[in-house]
Amino acid sequence: MTTEPSATPPAAFEAIGLTRSYDLEGVSVDALRGVDLRIEQGEFVAIVGPSGSGKSTLMHLLGCLDRPTSGVLRVGGVDVSTLDDTHLAELRNQTIGFVFQSFHLLARTPALDNVALPLVYRGVGRSERRARAEAALTAVGLGHRLGHRPSQMSGGEQQRVAIARALVGDPQVVLADEPTGNLDTRNGEEVMNLLEHLNADSGVAVVLVTHEADVAGRAHRQIHVRDGLIELDSRSRTAPAATTEGDAG
Amino acid sequence: MRTAEALRMALEALRVNRLRSTLTMLGVIIGVLAVVILVAIGTGAKNAVEKEIAGLGSNIILVVPGQVGLGAAPTQSRLDLTDVAFVRRVVGDPSKVTVAVNSGEPVRVGRNEVFATLTGTDENMPNIFDRPLRRGRYMSATDVETRRRVTVLGAEVAAKLFGDVDPIGRQVTIAGVRFRVIGIYETVGSTFGVARDQEVHVPVTTAQRLIGLPRINGIAVGASGPDEIESLQSRVVAALDARYPDEKFSAVTQTQLLGTIGTVLSMLTGVLAAIAGISLLVGGVGVSNIMLVSVRERTKEIGLRKALGARQRDVLWQFLIEAVLLTTIGGLIGILLGVGGALLIQALSPVPAAITWWSIALAFGVSVGVGVFFGVAPARRAGRLDPVVALRSE
Ligand SMILES: Nc1ncnc2c1ncn2[C@@H]1O[C@H](COP(=O)(O)OP(=O)(O)O)[C@@H](O)[C@H]1O
Ligand SMILES: [Mg+2]
Repeated sequence: MTTEPSATPPAAFEAIGLTRSYDLEGVSVDALRGVDLRIEQGEFVAIVGPSGSGKSTLMHLLGCLDRPTSGVLRVGGVDVSTLDDTHLAELRNQTIGFVFQSFHLLARTPALDNVALPLVYRGVGRSERRARAEAALTAVGLGHRLGHRPSQMSGGEQQRVAIARALVGDPQVVLADEPTGNLDTRNGEEVMNLLEHLNADSGVAVVLVTHEADVAGRAHRQIHVRDGLIELDSRSRTAPAATTEGDAG
Repeated sequence: MRTAEALRMALEALRVNRLRSTLTMLGVIIGVLAVVILVAIGTGAKNAVEKEIAGLGSNIILVVPGQVGLGAAPTQSRLDLTDVAFVRRVVGDPSKVTVAVNSGEPVRVGRNEVFATLTGTDENMPNIFDRPLRRGRYMSATDVETRRRVTVLGAEVAAKLFGDVDPIGRQVTIAGVRFRVIGIYETVGSTFGVARDQEVHVPVTTAQRLIGLPRINGIAVGASGPDEIESLQSRVVAALDARYPDEKFSAVTQTQLLGTIGTVLSMLTGVLAAIAGISLLVGGVGVSNIMLVSVRERTKEIGLRKALGARQRDVLWQFLIEAVLLTTIGGLIGILLGVGGALLIQALSPVPAAITWWSIALAFGVSVGVGVFFGVAPARRAGRLDPVVALRSE
C-alpha cells in the first residue's frame, strides 16, 4: 500500500488522468477521457451532467467496483492499482457505502437483514450485526419496520433502508448514484435530508450523481461532467469553506 | 464470512426460492430413492435365495449326470439304481445317500385334480434333506423294496385335494394309479422356482415303474460335517468318472450354489444400483443447470453483494453451499422415501426387500458429491461476476 507522503490527511478520493474505455464489439468507447479530481474527507459533492456523460462510470471507479483503463486513483490515500480484487472488496466494505437509483435491496429478505449485509462480509457476529442494523434503521426513521420486506415497502422507504445499509458500517464515504431518480419530490427530499444529516453530523463524505438541479444545489460542490471530462467544478456560495485546509475528518 | 453464515445464507436462498429448490431436489430425490429401493430388492432377493438353499438341509452334495454350469444344456441321465448302490459303497454310510426321480403327473381325488411333481425317492431322504412331516410317517425301506403304492404329499397338494379332511389313509390317483397317503409334509416353500409344497413323494421303485423307465435324475449325499463336504464330493465324482470313463458327472454343494447364485445376484444388484446411480447423475446435471439459471437470475444480487464487500470466494462459497445443500437435503429425503418404500414393498408385496447400510451411505455420499461436482462451475461463475456488469444489468 502506498500512502500520501504529505502530512495533511489523505483525500477521500484523488484521481489523476483517470480514463476508462469500454470495448464494444471491437469499437473502443471512451467513457472517461482523463479526469483529475480531488474530494476531501467530509465533503458533500454533486456530480451532474447529461446522460451518457460518464457519471456512473466515475462513481464505479471511485467506489472501487471497477478499475481505470489508465491514470491513478487513490482512495483514502491508497493507490487502488496496488490492491487485488480481494483487497478491493475489503476496501469497499470498510470505507464505502453505496446508494443506488433502483435501491438494490434483496426483495424477499427483511429490512434488518438487508441492512446488516455489509457487516456479514466484515465478519461481525450476528447479535452485534442486528443491533447495529437496528440502530441504522432507527436513524433513518424505520425503527418500526425491521421485519418488513422491501417488497412490502414504498420506494421512499426502500431507499431509506438502502441508506441505512450504506451507513451501518461507518463508512468514510457514501456514493449515491441518482438516489432520488426513482422517487417523487417529497420522498426525494427526505432522502436528501438524510444524506445531508449524515454528512453534517457524522462527517461522512457524500458524493451523489443527479440530474436534478435542486438536488445538486443542496450539495456544497458541483462537478459538471460532459463527454467523459470535467467541464466545471464549482462550490456553492452557501457551502462551508473548502475543506482542503484540513478542517474536516 | 464464516461457514455458519454461508450456511444460513444458503438456507435462506433455498427457502426464498422454495418451488425451484423442490423441483431441483426432485432429480436427486428420485435417484437416491431408486438406489435405496433397487439395492434393497436385489439384496432381499439374494437373502431369500440363500435362505432357500440353506433350508434344504445342511452339508448336502447333489450328484447329477453331465456338466453343471450356467447355460449348460441338460443331459440325458444314464444313472440307475445300481449306481445309487455304487455311490452308497463309495460313501460308506448307506443312510446318507438318497435318490430322486422326477416327473410331472396329474394327481386326483374324486373330482379334484392337481398337477404335481412326482418325486420318487427312498427312506433315506429325511436323513439328508430338511423335510419335516406335519402328519403321518415317511416312507420306509420296506415301502421301497416292495414297491408299495404309498405317497407322502406336499402341503399344498394335500390342501388342494383334501381341504379340511385328514388325508392320512385315504386314496389318491397318481397318473391313473391308486396310492395310499401315509404322510403330509410341512410347508417348506420353493427352491429355485421348484415349488416343493407341490411335490408328491412315492418310493423310487414305484415311480420308475409308473414312468416306465429305470433311470434316476440325481443322487444326493449328506456329508457328516462341513469339513467332510469337499473330500466326499471329489471322492464320489472320481468314483463315478472311473465307473463311466466316457461320461461326465457333476457334484455341487450348497456352498457352491450359494457362491454362484450369490455372485449373480450381487452383480444384478450392482447393475440396478448403477442404473439408479445414473439417474442420480442426471439429477446432478439438473442441479448444475438450475444453479446456472439461478446465477444468471441473481446477477444483480451478486453484484450488490460484491459492492457491499463480498469477496470472490464469499460468493463462490454461497453458491457452492447452496448446491450441496440442495443435493444433500434431496439425498436425505430420497433416503427416507427409499427406506419407507422398501419397507412398504416388503410388507405389501411378495418381493423381498432388505435395506442395506452401504446403499444408504453410498447414496448419501454420492448426493453430496454430486452437489460439489455440479455446483462448482456455477459457483465459480457467480464468484467471478464483474460487479459493475452485474449492477448495470437491469
Ligand atoms: N459496460 C459498458 N460497455 C460499453 N459501454 C459502456 C459500458 N458502460 C457504460 N458504457 C458507455 O459509457 C458511457 C458513459 O456511461 P455512464 O457512465 O453510464 O453515463 P451516465 O451515468 O453519465 O449516464 C456511455 O456512452 C455508455 O454507453
Ligand atoms: Mg448513470
